Amino acid sequence: MPKRTDIHKVFIIGSGPIVIGQACEFDYSGTQACKALREEGYEVVLVNSNPATIMTDPDMADRTYIEPLTVEILERIIERERPDALLPTVGGQTALNLAVELAESGILEKYGCELIGAKLHAIKKAEDRGLFKEAMLSCGLDVPRSLVVHSLDEARAFGAELGYKAIIRPAFTLGGSGAGVCFNRDEYDQVVEWGLEASPVTEVLVEESVLGWKEYELEVMRDLRDNVVIICSIENFDPMGIHTGDSITVAPAQTLTDKEYQIMRDASIRIIREIGVETGGSNIQFAVNPVDGRMVVIEMNPRVSRSSALASKATGFPIAKIAAKLAIGYSLDEIPNDITRETPASFEPTIDYCVTKIPRWAFEKFPGSSRELTVQMKSVGEAMSIGRTFKESLQKGLRSLEIGRFGLGADGKDKTFTGSPDSQEEKEALLKSIQTPVPDRILQIARALRAGATVEELFKATQIDPWFLRNMREIVEAERELRAANPDDAATLRKAKELGFSDTQLAHLWGMQPLEVRRLRTKHGVVATYKLVDTCAAEFEAYTPYYYSTYSDEDEVRPSSKEKIMILGGGPNRIGQGIEFDYCCVHASFALKDDGFETIMVNSNPETVSTDYDTSDRLYFEPVTLEDVLNICDREKPKGVIVQFGGQTPLNLAQALEKAGVPIIGTSPASIARAEDRKEFRELVQKLGLLQPENETATSVEEAHAIAKTIGFPVVVRPSFVLGGRAMEIVYDHPALDRYMTHAVEASPEHPILIDKFIEGAIEIDVDALADGTDVIVAGIMQHIEEAGVHSGDSACILPPYDLDPQLIEQLKEQTRALARELNVVGLMNIQYAIADERIYILEVNPRASRTVPFVSKATGIPLAKIAARVMAGKTLRELGLTADPEPQCVSAKEVVLPFIKFPGVDILLGPEMRSTGEVMGIADNMGMAFAKSQIAAGNRVPTEGTVFLSLNDSDKHKMGGLARELSTLGFRILATEGTAAVLRAQGIDVEEVYKVGEKRPHIVDRMINGDVDWIINTPMGVESKSDERSIRRTALERGLPTMTTLAAARAAVLGIRAMRQGTATVRSIQEYHAGAGTGKALAR
Amino acid sequence: MKAILALENGAVFEGRAVGAEGESFGELVFNTSMMGYQEILTDPSYAGQIVTMTYPLIGNYGVNPEDVESRKPFVEGFVMRECCFEPSNWRAKQTLPEYLREHGIVAIDGVDTRKITKILRTEGAKKSVISTVDSNHDSLVQKAIDSQDMAGSDYVKAVSVKEPYEWNPNFKGKYRVVAFDYGIKYNILRLLEVAGCKVIVMPATATAEEALAQRPDGIFLSNGPGDPAALPYIYPTVQGLFGKKPIFGICLGHQILGHAFGGTTFKLKFGHRGGNQPVMNHITGQVEISAQNHGFAVDPDSVDKSKVTITHTNLNDGSVEGMEHKELPVFSVQYHPESSPGPHDSRYLFERFIRMMDEARSGN
Repeated sequence: MPKRTDIHKVFIIGSGPIVIGQACEFDYSGTQACKALREEGYEVVLVNSNPATIMTDPDMADRTYIEPLTVEILERIIERERPDALLPTVGGQTALNLAVELAESGILEKYGCELIGAKLHAIKKAEDRGLFKEAMLSCGLDVPRSLVVHSLDEARAFGAELGYKAIIRPAFTLGGSGAGVCFNRDEYDQVVEWGLEASPVTEVLVEESVLGWKEYELEVMRDLRDNVVIICSIENFDPMGIHTGDSITVAPAQTLTDKEYQIMRDASIRIIREIGVETGGSNIQFAVNPVDGRMVVIEMNPRVSRSSALASKATGFPIAKIAAKLAIGYSLDEIPNDITRETPASFEPTIDYCVTKIPRWAFEKFPGSSRELTVQMKSVGEAMSIGRTFKESLQKGLRSLEIGRFGLGADGKDKTFTGSPDSQEEKEALLKSIQTPVPDRILQIARALRAGATVEELFKATQIDPWFLRNMREIVEAERELRAANPDDAATLRKAKELGFSDTQLAHLWGMQPLEVRRLRTKHGVVATYKLVDTCAAEFEAYTPYYYSTYSDEDEVRPSSKEKIMILGGGPNRIGQGIEFDYCCVHASFALKDDGFETIMVNSNPETVSTDYDTSDRLYFEPVTLEDVLNICDREKPKGVIVQFGGQTPLNLAQALEKAGVPIIGTSPASIARAEDRKEFRELVQKLGLLQPENETATSVEEAHAIAKTIGFPVVVRPSFVLGGRAMEIVYDHPALDRYMTHAVEASPEHPILIDKFIEGAIEIDVDALADGTDVIVAGIMQHIEEAGVHSGDSACILPPYDLDPQLIEQLKEQTRALARELNVVGLMNIQYAIADERIYILEVNPRASRTVPFVSKATGIPLAKIAARVMAGKTLRELGLTADPEPQCVSAKEVVLPFIKFPGVDILLGPEMRSTGEVMGIADNMGMAFAKSQIAAGNRVPTEGTVFLSLNDSDKHKMGGLARELSTLGFRILATEGTAAVLRAQGIDVEEVYKVGEKRPHIVDRMINGDVDWIINTPMGVESKSDERSIRRTALERGLPTMTTLAAARAAVLGIRAMRQGTATVRSIQEYHAGAGTGKALAR
Repeated sequence: MKAILALENGAVFEGRAVGAEGESFGELVFNTSMMGYQEILTDPSYAGQIVTMTYPLIGNYGVNPEDVESRKPFVEGFVMRECCFEPSNWRAKQTLPEYLREHGIVAIDGVDTRKITKILRTEGAKKSVISTVDSNHDSLVQKAIDSQDMAGSDYVKAVSVKEPYEWNPNFKGKYRVVAFDYGIKYNILRLLEVAGCKVIVMPATATAEEALAQRPDGIFLSNGPGDPAALPYIYPTVQGLFGKKPIFGICLGHQILGHAFGGTTFKLKFGHRGGNQPVMNHITGQVEISAQNHGFAVDPDSVDKSKVTITHTNLNDGSVEGMEHKELPVFSVQYHPESSPGPHDSRYLFERFIRMMDEARSGN
């Protein structure tokens, strides 16, 4: 069928900020959809609140709205743009839920906008647990026994029937949020109640537990001609009971016979037809009883998902792109397979390698939360690896994770329970420990194998299929043999590399340096070979250079003679290093491609746009480690390698790469090190006559105390060389410093601790600048809402500054220029300043891409990363037409989203350790509206009227008068506990007193539960916050009550409320905002 | 123990012996199915061939007694990247290496199967040898060169049954079908029975009269190995059945029909072997994902278009995948609707055969 000519304009909804369960895979899918539709001549209108996405780049859609994702805002956009169709299936659960709301509220009908891809009835049938189960049974498929309930009473009888062994899944939540497993009656009641709370429709599914069964997923595509194909099968290493997003998974399925696989395939085809997903990709999950093969259907996503991103990267079949083309009427046979060119997309990819995905978690950021993995997803990122065997793929995957490990153990990093790695006690302890799934369970299993555990024992403890366990045992056995073998032997080296051992592991086993292993390998000709990912197992010639390494006979790389620039990606997402860095890498690639270079991307993150096969001229899906990068450099001989854009991961390799002779372009690794090195940097600051908070470096506990005494408390303490404020704390006295030094970090000469004077009450400023060695452009100055002390990655901020003296702004620019010149920056630079008493202190200088680059690019219309890349490759800013600092045409606010809801028991206070997973942007003509939009977009629905509860610490109490009076003037009813109430009354402000928790009842938490409170403003009392404060904040979090934990944020919110009262939030596309600036597009080219 | 795979073009691969000891010759081909090795091993159409699996991990789920497609494995040899010695599946009764040894199949793993596949893709199927007894590369390459060529060879006589037999003597069935065994797969027989057919399996050399003497409602022409052009003794038999009974042919059966219609067949460069081949059904306009295993194809230009309609085409290379006679109840497909291994998209063809037999009955 040809494409539809009755629709011209298509509306695409993005997935909003990065949250756990919904990450940059939807930037990848949305970007693909935009490109595919525009390629076909359709006009695309896009909305997403997340500025750190490629899809929100002005040249990805015809009209791009960076606006909050709410029904009201979307209606305004639809009213303004009048799209003919809405494609709801490429923006994750967020887009799907919004599409449902838009359809059900009649908005789509009102404006004549048609849902394409999946119709309302199909979405509902797939998403509503009851309807889904009914549909499965009606097409003859087996499902776990289950019941949909809307109250605990309803749930009780069925719970008894199942013996309380059940899985509780709330309806319409993200990433399984609010889901839980229970084994007894008490747990059952509790989990059901949580689930009912978490579900926006107060509905949960109580389900027969299939814990321990084998878990599979199939990625299915269907077109309007009812052609259905399976793109990929995925088998989970971890059995049922662990969210698939938290499971190690492998593609294709490994332990199914063709008979069993075909039953699953037939079921998938029946399901997509029965549910009625018209076109596009869906993901269907199955559980299989390992004892008798009974197969049950678990769930279906009627949209592209994280698994479809993985399946796309694992097979080379671009699911979202094809889904978009199917949605506008093409059938699969009419779309060519990009990779083979001559064959159509109407086929099922077959692969000739093994793909492993391993999640990455961030539990270290949330002390006090349980590390147990459950049916609720908690991972923040993932790495994918490709090898010719599972063993090779698994080891590559583990070293891709960047958790300091270089494979399945054998890297000198394993700690034993008992002190002796192969004792009976060690084995027993491990067998007990691995019964609970935790992030490093796979490494514990390897240790148990070393301690002599059998596959049978391990299977009993974990229910992980013996096939996986035996492969792991082979690796561990090989490790033992390798340790005893002669390293200077070709056969030994080849065997080790075929099993996926890294040079670092071998170096540990043989007591040498990794580079020595590399030299031995090279001497014996044991070098990495690269194979293509081609969708067809070499049956047809492939035209897309998408490679992975393995050790085999043939190398398929055919390096060209063009000038090449290699860009190193950031590896798996984590808190502190997320989509922003991938955004920069993608921009670098686009810009340098335009300048005629051949671009080479190296990355291991399957969710990203950077690992799309058509982002760069060549893609190496490889771990971003020294060994793997050097291997590729040997093969490709790039003219330059960019390490500035992928975050800390490639930066950490910079010096070693340079030492190995790799040409690093842009700011030199020496300059980067100079900015990171405390002593050198202090000298630099002094040389330039600038200010810095007093600071010292401690290499022991004693030294730390001495330094703190000299500098004076409070001080900020942190380990050197970390991103995202890992283990950073503000300490107020010696006992707290002691606690930090003994519990949080290990100080040593190799790992020094940085101690800075903490400047209380300072305004924090972020500056992003571009420099070419001669000129410096200050691209964006952001004023933080929160005071210095909250990690910049967790602060809201406004661009341009909203209450800074113009003279200070000039000084900031001057200082930025001076620093850029002194550090000889070529490319991007980010500086954090603190301003107190009109004095500017330099907190940090990072001569590399920063987290704020995409935000500044969107706020100013200037594509910073593209310009930086071109500068690094030799252009000057002048040549690129940048001669003056840009003047922003609008006010932009950035707000962050925090994952606290996923980590029960963790307090929600902000601090110097970064914990946010993503960000949103609000754009408007004034600061109030921009901030209000950013709050709405972040899900902090600050009320414009109602009751506000004020509870402030002593220092804030004295500063809150103005705020309270304003709230009162705006008509808010103010609730406060005794102390705060007294201060307010003394100032003549009307206030209602409420009991603290532990006083009389009903206390404040009771009032919150009763729905008497609309907004919480609660600034913490100090490090040891009182338990009632915690319970207030936790209750607010669980009930979705907007909560502000700093006075500054509350003040900004009041500005927002005023703006909202004065007029509704108007929407405008960024193409319109930046039309006047006229820079964005021109510069990008 | 070491094994060596040598190709007639001089390429030699050293690996590990994972099957029987000895030396075995055949045309080296590759199959892109990620699962279903047991069915592939026992498919008689692979007689005369050494099969390379492009999926690198083979043997993971072991071997069970149910998933066989004939009385024994027919491949001449088996080539893998990594053969699994410790399978995991609730139905597994045996490991793959045990099974290969038990049936005398010479097999090799630890070789670069992707490189092999690319050689076959670019240069075409190759005469080859796997040996665990000769370690001299030159001698092995020479042996490969000297081995029998697939083109022009009749492998059917060797794999076909010698005497007629009933597939299931206890099954009555609504229809009687005579199935010519050119190397028939069990799953075809299973599906015919599921569709209600009492199947009488006859040798490839049986005559039209012998077949008609069974009073069949329909005639089935099976899949099988080798070059369809080397089977001139079969075409008259099939021609003798035209107009007498509905005829359904699969794979080699389809190619034989091509010859019986007066057309010709030709050797494909490296054939179609796998479970992901897209086939356009011109009648419905829909795509079927099909299981395929053939090295020859019907030449579309050789077929008399006034008599025969091309019903199915391969979307990858445009080759003929299905035909039907414009007047007579005769139709065939090049691919495997019985799959096993492979997708089940084309099972409707068995129903079509049943409808034809119904129509023929009511017409008589």
